[in-house]
Amino acid sequence: MSERLFEMIIWFVAALSFVLIGTLIFDIGRLGTSGLSFDFLTQLPVNSGRAGGILPILTSTLIVLCITLTFTVPLGIACSLWLSEFVERKNAAAQLAKIGLDALAGVPSIVMGLFGHVFFSQFLGFGFSLLSGGLTLSCMALPIFIKTTVEGLTALDSDWRRQAAALGLSKTTLVWNVLLPASSPAIAAGLILALGRATAESAALIFTSGYVDRMPESVFDSGRVLSVHIYDLAMNVTGGDKAAYATALTLTALILLINVFVIWVSEKWLKGGALNL
Amino acid sequence: MNALETSVLTDGGFTHLYESREHLTHLSVRSLKITYQKKAVLDDVSMDFFRGCITTLIGPSGCGKSSFLSALNRLSNLTPTCGVTGEIELDGKNILADKFSQRELSQKIGMVFQKPNPFPLTIHRNLDLPLKEHGMSCRERRNQKIEAVLREVGLWEEVHDRLHTPALHLSGGQQQRLCIARALVLEPEVLLMDEPCSALDPISSRVVEELIRSLRGRLTVIIVTHNLAQARRIGDFSAFFWTHERVGRLIEFGPTKVIFDSPLHELTKAYVTGISG
Repeated sequence: MSERLFEMIIWFVAALSFVLIGTLIFDIGRLGTSGLSFDFLTQLPVNSGRAGGILPILTSTLIVLCITLTFTVPLGIACSLWLSEFVERKNAAAQLAKIGLDALAGVPSIVMGLFGHVFFSQFLGFGFSLLSGGLTLSCMALPIFIKTTVEGLTALDSDWRRQAAALGLSKTTLVWNVLLPASSPAIAAGLILALGRATAESAALIFTSGYVDRMPESVFDSGRVLSVHIYDLAMNVTGGDKAAYATALTLTALILLINVFVIWVSEKWLKGGALNL
Repeated sequence: MNALETSVLTDGGFTHLYESREHLTHLSVRSLKITYQKKAVLDDVSMDFFRGCITTLIGPSGCGKSSFLSALNRLSNLTPTCGVTGEIELDGKNILADKFSQRELSQKIGMVFQKPNPFPLTIHRNLDLPLKEHGMSCRERRNQKIEAVLREVGLWEEVHDRLHTPALHLSGGQQQRLCIARALVLEPEVLLMDEPCSALDPISSRVVEELIRSLRGRLTVIIVTHNLAQARRIGDFSAFFWTHERVGRLIEFGPTKVIFDSPLHELTKAYVTGISG
């Protein structure tokens, strides 16, 4: 009897989460599709976004994401490898780094935004720019990305490490040919989590990338990302609801596309095709 | 050193010395002591392994056989808390000395683990990787070598049309034969095997056992096994280990026939007849 009950609770909770996400997507889809068109994606915003499109906003978002990726992936993988393969578990520096990462993962985005503003915009002199925004997002994405990647690496069969040593394989060969491809599902999961968080971020970017809705000309230009645009349309622009929903739909589709792309790359990598060194 | 003719009592155990002079020492171990976190797990082991012979290491779990095996190719170095003292000479050269490089050692001494552990790569790359790492740059030669070694372990007919599929899709027995092929591909002189059949079904186990038997005469094989019947079937020499006051010791070493049919030590007699252990 209790097993029946347990099973029912599981089904109920699972159904509930599906209903939640389903309603959300359905709602955005229902209210967003009418505003979404090819023109919407390729035109400049008019009248504070009430009319026109979101081309500069989409462009800024993609640039910020590229910057975030460029810094997060190499730094994150290097740090994960250092933590899992190159230092002993009890190493004091590694322990400290792990505690630091855990703490960083919990920092509210608004605090990250202020940090980014002080450090990237002012101290490093990048000003309100896509670069400042991308770097700030990188700081937010790194802890999640590293934690997932380290977990993926430590979960791997330690026999492979012993076997590689017995075969005289160098650490470079082991890492590039065995460990990283084998942990690529975990790396992909970390990247999806981190990028999802970064794409959805608005608070941290208001302080770093700014919110002008013109077309950015370089990474040193200020720019507005999709989530900031949604926030602005919904909160500050009367009559901007329709465009807000259409933007939200675009953002959801973008996140979905990123997920599919990351999973595709990791599967390719797992098969040893993409990085056949 | 040629083998001698009588049997002597070593400290705590017997070593049978041999009536024939035909066996040449290949690997010789003197006063070997292995510690974990400064506590001895194996002490005072002295024995010889003879060229082209199969030596089986038997004894209850936890008596240090596997630790002993991984000391023979310095794999124990991977465990920072593990210390090895004494002498291990390969053809008269001390392999515990720093000037004996891990690379050279890994070429001369191959190793097969208990659980089949092909790398998560294709069948071909599992064998190609070590060859490349050890400087065989000509692709054609590598491919020839791979075919030869797959034929040697009896896998060629089974896998030649799917060399570029994942090795992890093979059955357990095939995976273990691939691992043996990978150990053999570098043409080692000595092959260490840590219970290579214990994770396999009886039929696969028999195939692998036949394969090990076929290596007699060409390679010096040192194999840890818990299967006494197997130890008896395939061994030329056998060494019996036992734990005394939590420290593993070599109790008796000699020709397999002697160890099983007329052991000198009471402990050996009890173990091989199944009374204890």
